[in-house]
Parts: sequence; structure tokens; C-alpha cells
Amino acid sequence: MSGITILTLFVLTAFVGVEVVSKVSSTLHTPLMSGANAIHGIILVGAIAVTAHATEPWLIVLGSLATLLATVNLVGGFVVTDRMLEMFSGRPKQPQRESEMAGDPR
Amino acid sequence: MNLLPAAVAEVIYLAAAVCFILALKGLSSPRGARRGNLLGALGAAIAVVTVLLSTDFRGANLAFVLGSVGIGSAVAVPAARRVKMTEMPQLVAIFNGVGGGAAAVVGVIELAEWMGTEPGAVATTATAFAILVGSTSLLGSILTYFKLQGTITSRPIVVPFAAPLMVAALVAGVGVGVAVALTGNVWLGVVLMAVGLAFGALLVLPVGGADVPIVISLLNAFTGLTVAASGWAMSNTLLLVAGTLVGASGSILTIAMATAMGRSVTGILFGALKGGSTAGSTQTSDRPVRRAQAEDVAITLAYANKVVVVPGYGLAVAQAQHVVAELVTALRARGVDAVYGIHPVAGRMPGHMNVLLAEANVPYELLVEADDINAAMPSTDVVVVVGANDVVNPAARTDPGAPIYGMPIINADQAGQTIFLKRSMRPGFAGIENELLFSEKTQVLFGDAKESLTNVVGALKEV
Repeated sequence: MSGITILTLFVLTAFVGVEVVSKVSSTLHTPLMSGANAIHGIILVGAIAVTAHATEPWLIVLGSLATLLATVNLVGGFVVTDRMLEMFSGRPKQPQRESEMAGDPR
Repeated sequence: MNLLPAAVAEVIYLAAAVCFILALKGLSSPRGARRGNLLGALGAAIAVVTVLLSTDFRGANLAFVLGSVGIGSAVAVPAARRVKMTEMPQLVAIFNGVGGGAAAVVGVIELAEWMGTEPGAVATTATAFAILVGSTSLLGSILTYFKLQGTITSRPIVVPFAAPLMVAALVAGVGVGVAVALTGNVWLGVVLMAVGLAFGALLVLPVGGADVPIVISLLNAFTGLTVAASGWAMSNTLLLVAGTLVGASGSILTIAMATAMGRSVTGILFGALKGGSTAGSTQTSDRPVRRAQAEDVAITLAYANKVVVVPGYGLAVAQAQHVVAELVTALRARGVDAVYGIHPVAGRMPGHMNVLLAEANVPYELLVEADDINAAMPSTDVVVVVGANDVVNPAARTDPGAPIYGMPIINADQAGQTIFLKRSMRPGFAGIENELLFSEKTQVLFGDAKESLTNVVGALKEV
């Protein structure tokens, strides 16, 4: 890819990134931060690519380290975000039952 | 293995990039947030399988890669599944840090592999950026972890000559970075990494209290940009697009969080260096307060018309979500209009309290956001503050010297009475005293939040 192609892609993607989250409510700040965090774990793809053709032992060690760290970021990030969001989605059903139990007139 | 031709891999990367955009889009609205996140995970999984299938591995390198992915998953999944929701911000910080560290290490490996070739100035410049910013994010995130965990103080730490050191680190970073970009020398890359680590420490140490989560968000954006730079250096569109997305959305998110707290990002990062706004102490106050017993609190609540419960981090730490829900349910059963007033930064991160209360199945309609609850404050009879301090501290409105000055708060001081449930007189996360505690409208019920609430619920049955 030419430098200009890359620059174009970079600028356009930056606009997409800004647009996509510009009106997020504060309720979702934490899951959004965690979800974005998971996405940059995709450096794993880069870590695998550089480790693939490493020749010297110290480079293989470093590459394995980078792969390990990136995996933790990627896998852990998506799992913890899912756990948070699971709780959000569980909410709407609960109040009905609770107010019935309490005899809430509403 | 090279089972997939490069062109096919490129198309699959494009699909994964679309998944990431849709994931962020989904995460920014409550509907479909979970589906969005799963879509992102699916995109990542496809991309990882694609790189494994489309890359030529040398000898045993595939085994090393698969082993590392296996160990990484074996560490990450239990950590993510078992972490207490109260400690979740720390985990997010660590995940961010290791991502930045991975990108920095990838940069160093690239420099080593390019030795003896002509990689081009754009590639070396992007790599230098990735190494510097990635290592800044690594140590910065580790330090935010320790601050949130309480291992090191959450108050601002200003090392001697902090400001000149910061400038020196910045100059060194740019200088060594330019040298790496020009020479592509791997050992200069290692030096650059050390400078980045030092810069990360200098950046995060002076940040205190409730500002720490905003810095995590900022470092998250940094890591995104680091990954984008790696994509630039390696001509990998997926890394470029994913990293840029996180860099851009993370920056917007950082600004949104800072605005929600009435802060500026530069004020958060450099405020302590200028001195002045670090006032505060973790000393226990010996000024007298009105102590209450559970029975008094129960009576006060039972005969109120309108009650607002303001939950804070202390409630979550005491695992008192369920008891507080019981109290509110009992009050509502008696005809008291009891709701929760949720401050946007109650807990350790913006929106954290919503997550914590959701865990305890607290009814969604009873959670009232700060602006709406403040409008109702003058007509509220009793505010019950459970394990929160900073979010109801009037100093945010009145004391320009306070570290939380300018932060929107829940105006508990405008209600008829305030009841504080506190473990001790120690100040909150921001390390400042709360004048409201000493007001004549205030009663303090000391003890563990769970125990105190259980006693109040018990006493309420006798009223």
C-alpha cells in the first residue's frame, strides 16, 4: 500500500470512530471503554505475523511474549465486557417480579 | 501454513474491520450492546484464524505462537470471569496495559527483523511511535491498576522536579524516536521503550482520585493509536482500522468522561504539577458529628414521604447491594417514594454503579440519574448516602481549592435531612473532608454498610 492510501484509510477511519461513539450516554461509558479496549487486542494478529518468521531465539521469545500479552488483552477484554453487558440486559425483567412481591401499587 | 492466499486474507480482514465498527456502534447504545460485543469477538476470532492460515511459519514457531495463545487465554478467561465487579476497572486497566506492551514489543521485533534491509522511513517512523506510546501505555496502565487497587496511594504523587523531568522525558522520547526512525536500529528501539516507560510513570503518578479512570480511558486511546501505527508499519489494514477506531473513539470517550465530571483532560494530567489543587488528607477527622442508631434511621425513613438512596463504592465493597434493595422495597411497600440517585461517576468509573447495581438486580426504573434527582432534591425529605462521599460533597460547588471542584454532584445538602452510612470518618477517594457530615441536618450511622442496612431493615419492621 502506498503512504497516501494508508493516510486516507487512517483519516476516514478516525472520522468513523468519532461518529460511532459521539452520543454515548454515561451509563455505557464503562462497557464502551472495555469493549474498545478489547478491540485493540487485535495487535495479536501483528504479534503472530512477526513471530512467524522470527529466526533468532531471542526474537522468538519476544514474539511469544507479545503474542501472550495480546491474547490476554483480546480474549480477556471481550469476556469481561460481555459479563458487564449480560447484567445490563438482565435488568428489565426483574422489577416486575420485585414490585409484585412487595405489593407495590404501581 | 499458507492455506489462504494473501488476497483472500485481505478480504477477511475487511470483514473483521466491519465487525469492529459495528461492535463499537452497538456498544454505544443500550440496545444491542451485548450483540455488538459478541460481533466484535467474532471478528477478532476470524482474523486470528486467518493470520494463522495465511502466514508461512518457520519450523517450530507455530508451536510457540499456539502455546502463547493457549496460555494467554488460560490466564485471561478465568481472570475476566472471576473478577469482582468492584475490581473491574483495575482489570480493564491491566488489559489495556498488556495490549500496549504487546504493540511495543512487536515494534522492537520489527526493527530487529528489518536489520540489513531498507524498510522505508514511513515504516520506521510508525514503529518508533508504536514503541514509545505502547510502552507509555504499558507502565501508565500498570500504575493506574495499583492506584485503583490501593497498593499505591490514589492521591496525586508529585516526584521532585516532576515538570522538568516530564519535559526531559518528552524531549528524549522525540529525540530517540527520530533516531530510530532514521536508523531503524533495534538497540535504539530498546532505549526508546525505556523512555516510554519512564514517560508513562511521570504521566500517571501525579493523577489522583476520581480522575484515574479518565486516564485509563486516555491510555486506552493511546494503545489504539499504537496498534494503528503497527498496522501502518506492517501494511496491515485490519490493525490500522481497528487501532484508529479505538484511538478516535477512545479520545471522544475520554473527553465525554472528563466533561461528565466537569474536568479538562489537560487539567487532570498536568493539574498536580502546577501545585495548588492537591489539597486534601487521608487523616481521620476528630470534629464532632451527630451519631445515629439504626432505630432512629428506621423511624426517620418510615415517616418520610420521599427518600433518595445515594449508593457509592463503599456499598459495593460491602456487598450491600441486596440489602439496600431490600430497604428500598420495604420503604416502597409502606408507601414511601424511595428511589436511587445515581451519580455518573459513583463507583470507580463512569457508569460503574449501574453495572454494580445491575449485578444485584436492582429495578432499572428506580435508578434516577443525577440531573433528574437534583431537580427533586429540595422536595426530598431524607437522603441516605451509603458508602459514597465525594459525589455528595458540596465542596465541588463551593471550594475552588478542592480537587473535586467543578465536578457535578448530587445535591444532598438541599434535602431535608441526610443520613450517612459510613465505616469511619476517613475521607473518600478524593481524600477531602465533607462539610455535609458536620451539618446539623446530618446524622451518621457508623459501621459496615451491609450490617447497618440489615439493622435498619430489621428496625423498620418494628416501626
